[in-house]
Amino acid sequence: MVLNCRHVWDYISGYLDNTLDEAIRASVEEHLAHCEICSAVLDSTRNILILTADDRVFELPLGYSERLHARLTQAMLEVPPQESS
Amino acid sequence: MIAEVLAGKTESFHELIRPHERSVYLMALSLLHNEAEAEDAAQEAFIKAYRNLHRFRSESRFSTWLIAICLNEARAKLRRKQPALTDSIDDTADGGVTPAQLTDWREIPSETLERQEIRTLIRRALNALPLAYREVFVLRELEERNVQETAETLGITAASVKMRLHRARMMLQKQLAPQLATATPSRRRRFPWF
Repeated sequence: MVLNCRHVWDYISGYLDNTLDEAIRASVEEHLAHCEICSAVLDSTRNILILTADDRVFELPLGYSERLHARLTQAMLEVPPQESS
Repeated sequence: MIAEVLAGKTESFHELIRPHERSVYLMALSLLHNEAEAEDAAQEAFIKAYRNLHRFRSESRFSTWLIAICLNEARAKLRRKQPALTDSIDDTADGGVTPAQLTDWREIPSETLERQEIRTLIRRALNALPLAYREVFVLRELEERNVQETAETLGITAASVKMRLHRARMMLQKQLAPQLATATPSRRRRFPWF
C-alpha cells in the first residue's frame, strides 16, 4: 500500500504507540524512509511528548504536601472514614 | 493499608496517598490552569477519597479512583467559574490536524527544560488544547494511564481516547515544533572557542 503524507500523519500516534497492524506499519516506514517532512513530523512529535511528560514542566507549589496533610489531619478529626459494609 | 484506615488507623491514609500527591494535583491543574485552585481541588479530592474510602472497590486501581474523584472536583470548580463552558467534541467528525512541516528539525534535549521560557511555552501549548483533548492527553502522557483506564476514568470509549490523544499530539506538534525550533537553535559549532 502506498501512502501519501496526509495518510502518514493520521498514523503517527499509532506508529508511536506501536498499535498499527503490520502491513500499515511497513507502509508508513517505507514512506518515512524517503520523506524528510514526515520523518521530521514523527521525530518532533516524539521529542515533544518526551519534553511535555518531564516533571520539570509542572512543578508542585512549595509547601503543597505539608498543607495537604495538615488539612487532611483536620478533616480526619472531624469525620472518621466509614467502615465498608 | 486501605483496610488499616477503615479499621481506624487513620494515620495510614497519609502514607497511602503520598505516591499520588503529584498526579492528583497535576490533573486538577491541567483543568483549572491556576495553582491555588488546583491545590484546593486536590485537597478536596483527597478529603473526599478519605471519607468515601469504604466505597473503593479493589477491581480498579486506587490511583485511577483518586484521579476520577479529582477530575470530578476540578470539573465542578470549572463549571462554577465558567457556567457556559461547553467543550463538546465530535470524535467521529473529520478533524484531521495538519502538523508543522519542518525539514530542519533537530532533537531538543531534556536539559533545555532548565530554561523557564521553554517550560512556559510547553505549559501554554498544553493549556491551549480543548478541554476534552487535554484531559485525555494528561491522563495518557503525564499520568501514564493506559487506553482502557483513561476511557473508564473519563466515561468515553477507547476509540475516542485514541482519536483525542492523536489530535492533541498533532495540535501540540503544530504549535510547539516551530516555537521550540526557534527558541532552541542548534549549535553550529561543536567547540565554541574555535
